[in-house]
Amino acid sequence: MNTLNHVELRQVVEIVSVDHSPISSKLTEMGLVAGQLITTLFRAPFGDPIAIELNGTVLSLRLEEAQFIEVKA
Amino acid sequence: MKIALLGNPNTGKSSVFNLLTGLRQQVGNFPGVTVDKRSGFIQINQVQHELIDFPGTYSIYPRSKEETVVFDVLSDTKHSQHPDQIIFVVDASNLQRNLLFFTQVFDLGIPCVLVLNMWDLAQKKGITISIEALEKLFPGVPIVQSNARVGLGKDRILKAIDSTKVKDLTFKPFLDSFHLCEIEDVQCQKLEAENRLQKIKTSLTKVVETKVLEGENFSRKIDRILIHPVFGYLIFALVLMVIFQFIFSFANAPMNWIDNLFSHFSIWSSDLIPEGMVNDLISQGIIPGIGGVVVFVPQIAMLFFFISILEESGYLSRVVFIMDRLMRPFGLNGKSVVPLMSSVACAIPGIMATRTISNWKERLITILVAPFMSCSARIPVYTLLISLVIPKMYLFGFINLQGIVLFGLYSLGIVFALLVSFLLKLFIKQKEKGFLLLELPDYKNPRWGNVFINVLEKVKIFILDAGKIILAISIILWFLASFGPDMDGAAHGLSKTRAYQSMSKQEQTIAMDACKLSNSYIGILGKGMEPIIAPLGYDWKIGISLITSFAAREVFVGSLATIYAVQDDGGKQTLLIDRMRNEVKADGSPVFTLASGVSLMVFYVFAMQCMATMAVVKRETNSWKWPLIQLAFMGVLAYFTAWLTFIILS
Repeated sequence: MNTLNHVELRQVVEIVSVDHSPISSKLTEMGLVAGQLITTLFRAPFGDPIAIELNGTVLSLRLEEAQFIEVKA
Repeated sequence: MKIALLGNPNTGKSSVFNLLTGLRQQVGNFPGVTVDKRSGFIQINQVQHELIDFPGTYSIYPRSKEETVVFDVLSDTKHSQHPDQIIFVVDASNLQRNLLFFTQVFDLGIPCVLVLNMWDLAQKKGITISIEALEKLFPGVPIVQSNARVGLGKDRILKAIDSTKVKDLTFKPFLDSFHLCEIEDVQCQKLEAENRLQKIKTSLTKVVETKVLEGENFSRKIDRILIHPVFGYLIFALVLMVIFQFIFSFANAPMNWIDNLFSHFSIWSSDLIPEGMVNDLISQGIIPGIGGVVVFVPQIAMLFFFISILEESGYLSRVVFIMDRLMRPFGLNGKSVVPLMSSVACAIPGIMATRTISNWKERLITILVAPFMSCSARIPVYTLLISLVIPKMYLFGFINLQGIVLFGLYSLGIVFALLVSFLLKLFIKQKEKGFLLLELPDYKNPRWGNVFINVLEKVKIFILDAGKIILAISIILWFLASFGPDMDGAAHGLSKTRAYQSMSKQEQTIAMDACKLSNSYIGILGKGMEPIIAPLGYDWKIGISLITSFAAREVFVGSLATIYAVQDDGGKQTLLIDRMRNEVKADGSPVFTLASGVSLMVFYVFAMQCMATMAVVKRETNSWKWPLIQLAFMGVLAYFTAWLTFIILS
């Protein structure tokens, strides 16, 4: 299963699950739920954190937070 | 009636608060936590209501220890801050996520007004909302649109508050069979969030209509430059330079005015009040003490003016974004950057700016290391000592040696700030793990009203909360410097000497001041600590100045001038420098050598020689524990590094 930290930039992916994240309830509250489409926007210099777009807002998260977000194309 | 203002971050909630209350605001802490509690009064039909602004959160369930205040207040109907009514602010352009928290609040059964803020922005994004359809989802909740940034919607919101009635018996929660989860039960919270989002999503299909607009979002275009690996950092460095240029060129003048104003006050009051103890206490203790508080205001105001602009415009979260990775190895976070950078001007606003760091451990570490950044009060100490012991020389014909030393002192502070954070990261234990999950809001023009109110608020907090402590310490320092077990005897002895009698009136005053200070309690303390500081190359006169400069670092210069009985030559200090150059120890060797001078500078890089910073740390950590720990470890570090420096150089 692919995880968000491995997704190339400017891709649209669908979230499969955030269940394995230690902060899954917080991710859910930010709208990161199974079925949600997100776009990878840009990376900070040094590749971390990353910024994604969902429902018109931009959210940044660290790679260590993104690695628990399972996605599919 | 108590009205709570709630909503997500970046929804313009504080704009709504400012719009409703204007300048009639108070700031303080919520009981038990260091979370700003802003409150103000609004009047509806001649009845006064208290409006309390809560921290912006994404959910009723806290992300950090500090956010628990929202949960505690809302879930406990007996809590002293529990509201009778709620104004809930949402960003109209992002209804779906915003409604998650709103439906939680709605389900608690507290009467609500829903404010759809940033209405214009939503329209620009091609979003249309049917208020009628939305009202059907939340029966009994008046829904108003506003555009608080430009001052629109105040009357509508006030009217809506008035029209809300106590919930009737037909009230039905948004989520069927709703009950609050335990604060630790994240599984329950996740499930609840999922269910809510699901229901919100299906319900909103009848409420929100989105037209997909052509072309790239304006903010995304700017981001490509501001987050660029090269330009991003360059622009941030440029922004910092502009801010410091401003502060260093414009804070000095008002600080001098304040200094002059208070010394005039002091002279005026000493002429007015009959001579004696009360006169001394007021003219030399209290008035200069208050002056010592007010003198920080220009720097605090200017720094928060700029920080508020960065925050309001949306740039601040980009700074966090590009700096996060760099700061993390040190136990810090991207949000630590602005507080630390501000500390280069003054640690006080820097430490006050750490409120944005939600993780307690990261915030604490930032507070503890901020005073290592060389602040502007160290400059007079550095420049005096550099011109005294560092020769005016050029390395390789063009690098100014004095400049290199100054640069070295600044770098030393920064390097140790990071090093100490790294060590603190290993020592400070915390269960809750830090995470970023930060929203990058669209860029906006800052609202000057909000900036102004924010500056005012920070100045008020400093004067009211930290000012008391600073005043108390300065009165203690005044007492120790003005009284001694046998001061009158020493003064009497001096006045009998032939040398004294042959002096001019002015010289006599200066000599008398020097005599009094060295025979005061501080003088005795300074002499007593000579054996302790001798290994660093200092004598008791430096010891006295070290103690007095706890009031503020730059006092060091003035104290030395008093002890050496040097006349003030209008800030040029050539007299003082000459006098210091000729100062010799008992064995005839000079006191100020390269070794002792650099050792002293290193001491000032590390030592917590600032009571105002301690007072602010006390306020920001809500206990004396941390400022005292900080005082101790900075003191120990200063002592040993200064000692090492002295040994290496001599």
